[in-house]
Parts: sequence; structure tokens; C-alpha cells
Amino acid sequence: MSDTALPVIRLRDVTHVYGTTVAADAVTLDIAAGKMIGFIGPDGTGKSTLLGLISGARKMQKGSVEVLGGDMAEREHRERVCPRVAYMPQGLGKNLYPTLSVDENIDFFGRLFGQSQTERKGRIDELLASTGLAAFRDRPAGQLSGGMKQKLGICCSLIHDPDLLILDEPTTGVDPLSRRQFWDLIKDIRERHAGMSVIIATAYMEEAEGFDWLIAMDAGRVLATGSAQKLRTQTAQPTLEAAFIQMLPEEERRGHHELVIPPRKPNAEVVIEARGLTKRFGKFTAVDHVTLTVERGEIFGFLGSNGCGKSTTMKMLTGLLPATEGKAFLFGKPVSAGGLEIRRQVGYMSQAFSLYTELTVRQNLSLHAQLYHVPEAEIDARVEEMTQRFDLKRVLDQLPEGLPLGIRQRLSLAVAVIHRPAMLILDEPTSGVDPIARDAFWDLMLGLSRNDGVTIFISTHFMNEAERCDRISLMNAGRILATDKPAAMVAASGLGTLEATFIAYLEKAQAETEKTNSPAAFVAPVVKPAQVAKPRAAQSARQPVFLLQRLLTYAYRESLELRRDPIRLALALGGTILLMFVMGYGINLDVNNLSYAVLDGDQTSASQDYALNLSGSRYFVEKPAITDYDELDRRMRNGELSFAIEIPPNYGQDLLRGARPTIGLWVDGAMPQRAETVLGYMQGMHAGYLTDLATHRLGLKTDALFNLETRYRYNPDVASLVAMVPAVVPLLLLFIPAILTTLGVVREKELGSILNLYVTPVTKLEFLLGKQLPYIVIGMVNFVLMTLMALFLFRVPVTGSFLALAAGALLYLVCATGLGLLMSTFMDSQIAAIFGTSIATILPAVQFAGLLNPVSSLSGAGSFIGHLYPTTYFLTISRGTFSKGLGFSELSTSFFALAAIIPVLTVASVLLLKKQGE
Amino acid sequence: MTTLANIFHLGIKEFRSLYRDPAMLVLIAFAFSLDIYIAAHSQPETLQNAPIAIVDEDQTPLSMSITDSLYPPYFRKPAMTSQHDADFGMDTGRYSFSLDIPPNFQSDVIAGRQPAVQLNVDATLVSQAYIGAGYLQNIVGGDVGDFVQRYRSVTPLPVGVEPRTLFNPNLIQEWFSAVMELINNITMLSIILTGAALVREREHGTIEHLLVMPLTPFQIMASKVWSMGVVVLLAATFGLEVMVRGVIGVAISGSVLLFLLGVVLTLLATTSMGIFLGTIARSMPQFGLLVILVLLPLEILSGSLTPRESMPTLVQKIMLVAPTTHFVSLAQAILYRGAGVSVVWPQFLAILGIAVLFFAAALIRFRRSIGTMQS
Repeated sequence: MSDTALPVIRLRDVTHVYGTTVAADAVTLDIAAGKMIGFIGPDGTGKSTLLGLISGARKMQKGSVEVLGGDMAEREHRERVCPRVAYMPQGLGKNLYPTLSVDENIDFFGRLFGQSQTERKGRIDELLASTGLAAFRDRPAGQLSGGMKQKLGICCSLIHDPDLLILDEPTTGVDPLSRRQFWDLIKDIRERHAGMSVIIATAYMEEAEGFDWLIAMDAGRVLATGSAQKLRTQTAQPTLEAAFIQMLPEEERRGHHELVIPPRKPNAEVVIEARGLTKRFGKFTAVDHVTLTVERGEIFGFLGSNGCGKSTTMKMLTGLLPATEGKAFLFGKPVSAGGLEIRRQVGYMSQAFSLYTELTVRQNLSLHAQLYHVPEAEIDARVEEMTQRFDLKRVLDQLPEGLPLGIRQRLSLAVAVIHRPAMLILDEPTSGVDPIARDAFWDLMLGLSRNDGVTIFISTHFMNEAERCDRISLMNAGRILATDKPAAMVAASGLGTLEATFIAYLEKAQAETEKTNSPAAFVAPVVKPAQVAKPRAAQSARQPVFLLQRLLTYAYRESLELRRDPIRLALALGGTILLMFVMGYGINLDVNNLSYAVLDGDQTSASQDYALNLSGSRYFVEKPAITDYDELDRRMRNGELSFAIEIPPNYGQDLLRGARPTIGLWVDGAMPQRAETVLGYMQGMHAGYLTDLATHRLGLKTDALFNLETRYRYNPDVASLVAMVPAVVPLLLLFIPAILTTLGVVREKELGSILNLYVTPVTKLEFLLGKQLPYIVIGMVNFVLMTLMALFLFRVPVTGSFLALAAGALLYLVCATGLGLLMSTFMDSQIAAIFGTSIATILPAVQFAGLLNPVSSLSGAGSFIGHLYPTTYFLTISRGTFSKGLGFSELSTSFFALAAIIPVLTVASVLLLKKQGE
Repeated sequence: MTTLANIFHLGIKEFRSLYRDPAMLVLIAFAFSLDIYIAAHSQPETLQNAPIAIVDEDQTPLSMSITDSLYPPYFRKPAMTSQHDADFGMDTGRYSFSLDIPPNFQSDVIAGRQPAVQLNVDATLVSQAYIGAGYLQNIVGGDVGDFVQRYRSVTPLPVGVEPRTLFNPNLIQEWFSAVMELINNITMLSIILTGAALVREREHGTIEHLLVMPLTPFQIMASKVWSMGVVVLLAATFGLEVMVRGVIGVAISGSVLLFLLGVVLTLLATTSMGIFLGTIARSMPQFGLLVILVLLPLEILSGSLTPRESMPTLVQKIMLVAPTTHFVSLAQAILYRGAGVSVVWPQFLAILGIAVLFFAAALIRFRRSIGTMQS
């Protein structure tokens, strides 16, 4: 390449393979610093893979990637450069935290990069103003529209003023006005920060026209590089889009032709009708009295700024959302009636990918065909047809998870039309789809509309698509601004292009709302060069290995998320109280109320005397007498009786004769512990009876040979409550904190925000400890609550050192939360993490930690687990301090054991956690 | 007909989803094999290897014979130690019992002076305390009795007792632990699988897709109930036949088929509970907590850990609404006591009633909340 600037990125023979799919095939490239570089190419050609490798988010397989003068395969180098690189992944807000507000999301990234509060504030204000998000700064990211999420993602990656900015399809789903604002913003930033390199993958060829240098890719290879001008002249085409299509290999171009729009045969039958449709979320009006009609076979385009209520309107039309006011009709029937017959005739595609990521492409297609009742015999043919039509053959047996955005969009579309619906409601179906595939898709839609009379309601941000619609509506802030044929609209405005017309409408409408609603809310971007262009000395220095500040940033984020979820917080605290209550009172180890009955074969006063001796006991509950052995068998078998007493015939006579009659004792052995207790009790009762018998009835004198003085220590009444309360505390301090942390990592893996770990300077240890910290605090609150309950509700005093108990609880909580995190780093799905943690906590803590039986009496694996398990040691501390009056010195072994378990858990988590994706 | 087809196809989808989660499959396999084995084999017999210390201040043949008669499996070999160490060991949980034999014990016994032996019991271990003290009373009493026999005659007891233990004649704790662990895992897995499958649909936005299709909430719910129910049923059958009966060797006296029918009814109830929790929880973290909150009382208070009749009456009454209570009692009756339909029909009826109730409640709740389920 001819540029004189030093390359900021150098790729040598980079090859990357997913299973059998080659995403990058021996790519060798030099990318000059300080430029705007564009990656262009069809979906699934490896653009995102290369960007991922350059940013360090993906692990290298083959070849070498040098970024900012070092090898990205080296960990040290990655750590060194990552504060200078910003990476925004593909997909709508994948690296954002949905429950955090716009402000907090950006603030989080600012903190991660070590910015001071004033610096963060200045930057956030500026970024929000220039992206038009300022009015939404307090809204949770999850409630933003797709395009707004995209803008927020950009803000998050710009906060630390990177030297290298990597954006993967940043303007996908962003409205034209915002797109223009966005490019202005990038231009501004580049002007202020000379030498910043920007690398962008995009599907908008018009945008790519303005880049300094382009890399055209196909099937994992570089087709051509150079300026847009150069590519156009090389191929002798007027536009970049045409030039790109020209460059593609023959077979991929096949079937592509200039799209001709056949005229529509008029059909006045109204298929979609909205009358004054309104949706309010609290005080916010998302859709404000929308009225429109769409005729059969019409292609109706829905255009509007991000967050203006397009998706909400569509959801109301499909019946997904109930309207606050107004009515919607499909095929002349009200949607609210929600008839299955209507749904069968509608194909819907939502903005966010909503198909099953755990089913293959083929399985997704056939599942939907089945659910829409396509006749079984036709399903295969239909799937085949869709595969052809949307060019999905290569990926038919892959999971959607790993597929590029464009391919996933095609799959969603294929699913929406597989049952040949009479109406399509499509929410930005072509966002992120490459030009050729878009044309193919429009080809299909035109065919459906013109030949089969299918009505199509579609929203889009592509102006050339809007121009193909029969009619379009422009929407802003919940209201429809205008509805007309696209050409008529352009003509009326006199601005020449639809884009200009659209932007003019939006600017006018937004200026009006600002005037009436919040005059000072939207100020033009204020550039504060002095503040932003701060010295960058800190960044050239080597990153410290461990930073408390980044740890606290993650802890802060985690606690924010917790605060946003009061239900979870209430469950964590209230649940502890509830369970303490239930378990304290419910687990009763005193075996009493044992039901029994007597089979009295003698029926004399002597036999009744024996029976009477039992019925007075508080441990036993007497049931009606048994008459024969069959009855005894039956009543023992159905569990009614825990034991039965059989007094033999002639008992009284035999007793007097000294013939030593024998009482039969039948015990239900189904619960061995209970049976043992019955046997023990009965032996005692029997002995008491004998003494009584000897002294009172037989007039004998018996002397005991010795006395066994039994002292029940620590719990003189052998009261279950006194024994259980100190044991329940360790159980609950394990279960709840562990389940709180167990989703910490795996949730980010499942929802995508784990990427922030990959591409920001935060280390694995900081990340993990930051996630652990808030839950340790919650655990300590739980500990205090439970101790208060023990003292004042259950009246179980702490006889030993309270400080030792609290210190033990703290150490133990670190173990408990660490155990949850370990499970979280190990598992790949949230379900598995919850199930795994339940198994790994409930069984060992209840059975092996000494709750019911001392650990020393266990055997086999249970004994092994019991000796390693933290609950064992905290149980000793808890019982020691509550019941036995002990302190630190007597319990030192347990403290050491807990302290030793902590690093083991943490190191294991750090080792299992990956700092890069595959 | 279309309803059944929809339920079937959606159910197949659930199987495919589960199949894509190898960690979960491994966990399920673990829960119904190794986990049951470990739970069964680690639990001591009611009194096993109890750690005991003896402070022998007598050092005579009698005191030594007492020491000699304490041996495994009931007690560990006694630690001969000092008064101080015995106290310290009790404090730190090293010993559960300590026996103090006073000086001149043997001569006092022979002379009929009724000397006192002191037994200290760690009463924080409630279940062992009583049983162990009873055993020690018998053992020490037997030793002293035998010893005294040699010097003078002792009158035989006028009435004997002959205990006969039914259903588990040797009181093997393993039998109990294995089946109870199986039951607990059935409950746990069925609730988590169905509930999490629903929360997952919501978090991934796929519920939105289901809602625009010609499907009713009933079909969506029923598909999850049947598919996840089948998974648990298969796992439970394996756990019972291969692990409980085969590897652990529990002698099952009743009909396995009857028990499995009970499992099916219980699953209908527990999977409905899972759906119910899934509609309450707005995210997986909330669901995780809810699961713990519901699962713990279900497991602890259903009678699988401590006998039901010993619980406070109010707890017993409340727990009658829990399917697990009846399931535990049904399992014990069928598997240990060999009970047939004529004996356990009330439990079957109760579970069926609860299952229908829970299913209906979950369905109503699911219908009502389904509109707010999209992100």
C-alpha cells in the first residue's frame, strides 16, 4: 500500500475457522494509522471475525495480528494496548447492561478506564448531546429502541478517547438523522484527536463512500483494497454499491439484477387498520393516536427516528402489546380479540433476533412450519424453498448463535414467510443485511405483494427501500407526520431526495417539540477541546496488574443492577428471614408425637397397666387398639403407626408366675433414625415400667449397680431450637449468597456483555472480586438479620464471642459467594448454573457438613466432601459461639480452614474464566 | 388435534434446547447417579463412628472392659485422655461424647456403693445425643452387670422385650438416604427445568415469537410440562432401577410401576410450580432465588429429612398443600413397606388434586402475565 503512515494494524496470514466454516482465510493486510478504514462485504465473509481479532476479543488461531506495534497473541501486549482501543460489537446493544440507565452505562465504562468524576461528567454530557440521547439519560438501556441502543454503544466506546476505534456495523438500525449526527460526531472526534484510527465494518455503501480506504471482502478473503474512488474506477461503475457487486465472484452475483418494481393492481380492501392507536408506558407516550390503513397487496413503509414508536405500533398491530387507547383491525377483525385464525395469516419479524439460538437453522425453519400447520408432507419442500430463496444452504445445520447478523436476519425473514401468510409485519427486516441479499429479499416481497396479494407492513432505515414502497408514513415521537407515496412526498418537499425530505421533516418536528416541551434540553453539541484533549501520559505507562478502582467499578455496577431490581433484593433479604423462620421452627429433631397402637392379647389389668404406662408419654400418641395381625400389618404398612406393641395372651398370669413373658415391639424401619429413636425410648419406658413393677407390684427391692449421670451440654434441654438456630445460619448464609453470585458471570456470557471483560483493561481477578463484593455485603446484612432473629425471636443467645461469630460469617460469605462464582465461570448456561449450584450447596451443606451427624462419623465421599466444605467449619464456629461460649482461640482451626478455602475458590475461578472469546 | 400437534412440536423443541446444553445434561446424569450414590453411602447409620473420649481415673479391669466394649461401628475407638482435653474436645466438636469413670469405680461397684459415671453429651447434635446416651447406658450397664455376676447373683428381669423391625430390618440408613435423595432431585430438577425454560424464552425474546404464532398459552405451557416431565421421569427411572435398586441394593418391596405413576403425578404438580415461578420471576437471577426459597421448605419439611409428625402442627398443616409431602409418604409406603393401591390411594388422590390445582393456577397466571413477558 502506498500510504506513508506507519501501519496501525498488520495482519499476516490470519486464518480463523469455526467448526468447518472458514471465516478468515490467510488474510494479509496493512492498515495505515490515522485513517477511516472501512470493511465492506456480504454477510458472513469474516468482517466481524477480523475486527474481533484486531480488538483482542477473540483468541487467535493462526497467523499474526499486530496492533499498535505489538503482537495481539501476547497477553502483556493486549493488556498494554487495550486502554487505547475501543471496540463496539455487532448487534443491538450487546455489550450494554439493560437495567442500567443510559448515563450509568457510559459512566461504567468511564470508571473502568479510570476517569475522574468531573472528567466522566463532561464526556458523558458531550457524548449524549451529540448523539441526541440527552433526553433519555435516565432511561434503562433495555427500554431503548434498537437504534438508540446502537448510539449508546457508540458513546460507551468513545468515552475513553481511544487511539483505535473499532466499530462493527455501528449504524445498523440507526435512523438517517442520527446517522448523520453520528458521522459528524466521529468527524469531530477525529479532528480533535489527530492520529486516531477508525475501523468500521458497514453494510451501507453510501457511508463507505466517505471513508479514506476500503477493504472489500468475500468468503474470508480480501477482494480488493483502496479508496472508494479507486474501486469505482477499477470496476467502471457509478456507485460503490455497483462496484462492489461487480467485484464479487460470478456465482455470487448470479441472479442479481436491477430491481424493477411492477405496478400494483389497485385493491381497495383494507387489511390493516389503526384508529387512534395509543400506547403509554407510565407517563411516557410511546405511540400517540396513530391512524392508518393499508390495503390488500400494498407494501406500506414505516419510517421514523429511533425510538419514535414504530416497533410499539407494530407490536400493537400483532396483538403483542395491548393498546392503551384506540383500536387495531386486521382483516376487518379487531386484534384485541386475538383469534388464532388471524395469527395464522400473519408473518411477524421482530427487531431483535427472537428465534431459538439452541436450534439449528433447519430446525428453526421446520419448527415454525410445523407450528403454523404447514402440511407435514410439504414441510421439507418449504424449508428447501426458503433455504434457496435466502441463501441459507451453507449454514443449514449450524446454530444461529455464531452466525453473522445479516444471516440471522435472513433466517428471521425466512421464518416469517415460511407459512405463506396473507400479511407480513416486518420490523426492520433488512438492518444489517448486505445489498445483494436485500435486493433478493425485496424481489421476494414484490412477488408476494404483486402476485399473491400479500399485504406488507415494513419499517426500514434504508431510503432506497422506502422508495420501493407503495406508500410510506413518517413518524416522530409517537406521531405520524405524513403519509403518502414516496415520490409524491419528495416532490412536495422539493428537496430532491427522500433522505433529505425525511431529515427535514424530522428536524422540523424535533425543533417543535423542543420548543414546547423542554426549551433547554437539547443544546447543540458543545465541544470542549480543553477538557477532552487531556494529556495521555497515563496510557503509555504499563497498566498495573491489579487496580482496586476497576474492581470497585464492577462492584458498583453490580450493586446498581441489584438496586434496579428491588424484587431480587427483597427476595434475598426477605427470603432469608422467611427461611430462617421456616427452618428454625420446622426442622425439629426431637422425635415426638410418634403414633402407636396396642395389640392386647391378654386384656387383663396387668396388660392394660403396661399400655397405660406408654400412653402418658409426651413422645407417643396412642391410636385405637389393634385387634389382629392383619390389621397390624395394614396399619404399619400405610404408615399410620410408627410402632406397635403386642402384649401376648396370658401376660398377667405369666408375670405373676415368674414365667418371664415377652412384649412384642413392632417398629417401622422405613425411617431408620426414627426407628432407632423409638427403640431407645421404648427401652427407657420399659426399664421404668420394670422398676415400677418391681417396687410396687412384686414388692421386690432392686438396687442399681451404678448411676450414669448424663449431662447434656451446651443445650441442657436438648431443645431442637437451640440446636437448630446456630445451624440454620450457616445453611442460609450459603444457599442465598451462592445463588446470588451464581449467575454473575454466566449471565454476561449468555447475554453478551462478557465482551467488556475481553476488551477493557479490567483483569479477571478484578472482574470476579468486583462481582463478589456486593453480595458479601448483602450476606453480612443477612447475617445481622438472622442474628437478631436468633436473639430476639428464637431467644437463642450468643454465649461466646460475637466478634468471632461475625468474623467467621465474613470469611464464610467470601467462600459461599466464591462457590457461586466458580459455578458461574464453569457453566455455559444460566439454567445449568442454577441447577449446579443447588446440587453443590444443598446436599453437602445439609448432609455432609455436620448438621445432623458429625463430619467425623461420615464415610466415603461424604466424609471427603465434609472435610473440604466451608459449611463444616462455619457450623463449628456458629455452634461454638452461639452455644458453647467459645471465642477466636478455641476456634482457630476452623478460621484457618475457611481462610484456606477462599484462595482455592478464587484461583479456580480465575483459571476457568477466559479473557478472550473463541 | 392441532392442539396436540403444537404441544408435541414445541415439546420436541424443548428436548433440542436441552440437548444443546451439555453441562446441564452432565448435571442431570450426576444428580441421578453419583449424587444418589454419595448421598446414600456417606450417611452414617443412626449412630456410627460417634467420636467419644474416655477419662479413665479408675484403671481397673472393669473400667478397661468398658473402654474395650466401645468399638465401631457405633462408636469410634475411644480416645483415652484427660479431663481437660475431653472438655476442650467437646467444645471444638472433636468429641460428641465423653465418659468420665471416677477413681475406685470398680471397688465401689462391688461394694454396692452405686458410684456415678459421668457422661457428657454434645446436645447440639440433637439426633445423636439421645440415641448415643441410650446406647452408652446399655453398654456400660451390660459391662457392669456382667462383671458383678462374677461376684454375686443378679435377679433376672421379670418381663422381656422383643423388638422386631419391619420393612428395613437392619435399619440400613442407606436405603432411606438413597430414596430421599432421589425424591429431592426429582423435585429440584423438575422445578428448575420448566421454570428456567420459560424465563429463558423471555430473556432471549423468543416468547415474543411464540405469542404471534397461532398458539395458546395452554399449548406453550403444556409443551414444557410434558417434555421436561419426560426428562425427569426417565432420569428418575434410571435413578431408581439402576442406582437405588442395582448399585445401592435397596430391597424394593412394592411395585416400581406404581411408584413411577406417583412420580408422573408429582411431576405434573412440580413442573406447574416451575411455570408459576417462571411467570413471577422477571429474570433468571430472580428465578434462582425463588427456586431456593421454594425448594428448601419443600425438601426440608416434606418428611424426607425429619419425621413429619415431629413438626409443629401448623407446619404440618401447611405442608399438606405441598405435593412432595404426599410424594414422600407415598414413596416410603410403596418402596419400603410394599404398599399397594389399596393403601396409598389417598396420597395419589391428594397429589392429583394438588397437581390439577397447581396446573390451573400456573395457567391462569401465565395467561395473565404473558402480555408483559416481552422485554
